[in-house]
Amino acid sequence: MNLLDRRSRKGPKVKGETAPRAIAGPVVEALDIWKSFGSTAVLCGVSLSVDSGQVVCVIGPSGSGKTTLLRCLNHLETVDKGSVRVNGELVGYHERASGQLVSDSESETARKRRHIGFVFQRFNLWPHLTALRNVIEAPVHVLGRPVAEAEAEARALLERVGLGDKCGNYPATLSGGQQQRVAIARALAMRPAVMLFDEATSALDPETVGEVLKVMRELAESGMTMVCVTHEMGFAREVADRVVMVDEGRIVEDADPRQFFERPASERSRRFLSALH
Amino acid sequence: MSLHLTFTNLASVDWSLLLHRIFSPEAPFLRALWTTVYISVIAQALGVVLGTTSALAGLSRRRAVRLINQIYVLVIRGTPVIVQIFFMYFGVNLLFGFNVIPNEISLVGLVVPGAVIAGTLALAINEGAYMSEIVRAGIESVDEGQLESARAIGMPRRLAMRRIVLPQAARNIIPPLGNEFNNMIKTSSLVSFIGVYELFQDAAVHYSATFKPVEYFAAVSVWYLLLTTIWSAIQSYIEWRLSISDKTRRAGAYQSFSEWRARRKNETVLPVDQVHA
Repeated sequence: MNLLDRRSRKGPKVKGETAPRAIAGPVVEALDIWKSFGSTAVLCGVSLSVDSGQVVCVIGPSGSGKTTLLRCLNHLETVDKGSVRVNGELVGYHERASGQLVSDSESETARKRRHIGFVFQRFNLWPHLTALRNVIEAPVHVLGRPVAEAEAEARALLERVGLGDKCGNYPATLSGGQQQRVAIARALAMRPAVMLFDEATSALDPETVGEVLKVMRELAESGMTMVCVTHEMGFAREVADRVVMVDEGRIVEDADPRQFFERPASERSRRFLSALH
Repeated sequence: MSLHLTFTNLASVDWSLLLHRIFSPEAPFLRALWTTVYISVIAQALGVVLGTTSALAGLSRRRAVRLINQIYVLVIRGTPVIVQIFFMYFGVNLLFGFNVIPNEISLVGLVVPGAVIAGTLALAINEGAYMSEIVRAGIESVDEGQLESARAIGMPRRLAMRRIVLPQAARNIIPPLGNEFNNMIKTSSLVSFIGVYELFQDAAVHYSATFKPVEYFAAVSVWYLLLTTIWSAIQSYIEWRLSISDKTRRAGAYQSFSEWRARRKNETVLPVDQVHA
């Protein structure tokens, strides 16, 4: 029983296009991002550009700033300095005619986030909703799409991540790997221009890591633009178009995976990779 | 000696009157019973609305809004209910110089006296302050990741609160809310002091006329007990319904109402009203 559910609710005030516009140039473009928490500097001038259809794996030691970088890309963290553009649109800010940057309103930030899929380490599925309703929640209540249409698409998405038979399950009845796949379907239901994965397999037991990586691999093959913070070196080596090595808030290397894993250019990358073996 | 006295006193009880008051109540009594019920229900309902609004104000990003919540909770919880009831009935109209509380209102043929309105409002405002703390605790107990995943997918804060956080908070709020309503049924007897003819007033009036306190107050206690017992039954039914879609319902672990109650009785942890503790 859902006390606060009101099915009859009309769509939201801001109805937007459901599919992102195709834009020439990079899908994600972060320019000179700086971020600190209190006196701890986490990102020190990071720039990252991701083209349409590219899969970028961000790797690096714990505390290097990878996750913060990813969270800055959809404005879950506000940057202290620098700018983030997704699909050519500034995230979290808009530009005045004078060139001055002004913070976006809550609803404007929310609108820009619609096309940025985000997958969390801890899934963060909504436990009071079934798998299917987790997936249709945002299409229906954010984009204002008809329930029947959203449901048909959600079923297809759940089918695609191998959970066609789990539509009616509540998250608590699903394994970690299944929950993460529902979370991926939930993000895809918004037809995002880019998918951001924040250590999507780190909270899973080894047996279920594979099923989530398989879904991510298929997604990459389908041409989705992806930025994956990951510790799965095998995945990075085989699936990524680029590997970005982050350390102490800086990008120390941005290279083709084959080159990165076989002949890392920087001393820091060499040390990081040798520690893994 | 004392045993002898006890017997003498018991013998002086008018048992037929006591049983009559319990089992064959007269029309004025039933009206008083109805008054107690509707004052309690309306005051509680208003209290929940006020409390939720106040809790959301307390979680606002604006300091001034948070301050309003803090002052409200501080003042209401720091003063006796009976003072608030008297203030509402005798003070508010004088304070404002016009009738904020009407002398009476007619609703579809029913005349509601001003004392009932003032009493109900005072109880509601008092209840709101306690509910505010309960709702705040309920919201804060929902994992942060829930709000984050809702915002990451493009929900503005308010929509995320309404669709994702509050439905989950409601599960945490229901048990203490039930205790609050139990209190409300009993506390509503205080409005008799501003002349509302409810259960306690009915007993008090008869007592003054007959000087038979034992019979009238014992009988009215039985009726209060009946009301609170019925409510307890309703409350556990609601909690069972909520538990169905909850984590307790693992695959195949569905419990019928009677199973659920039997199991819950064996649990050592019972919902505790943290606020009145």
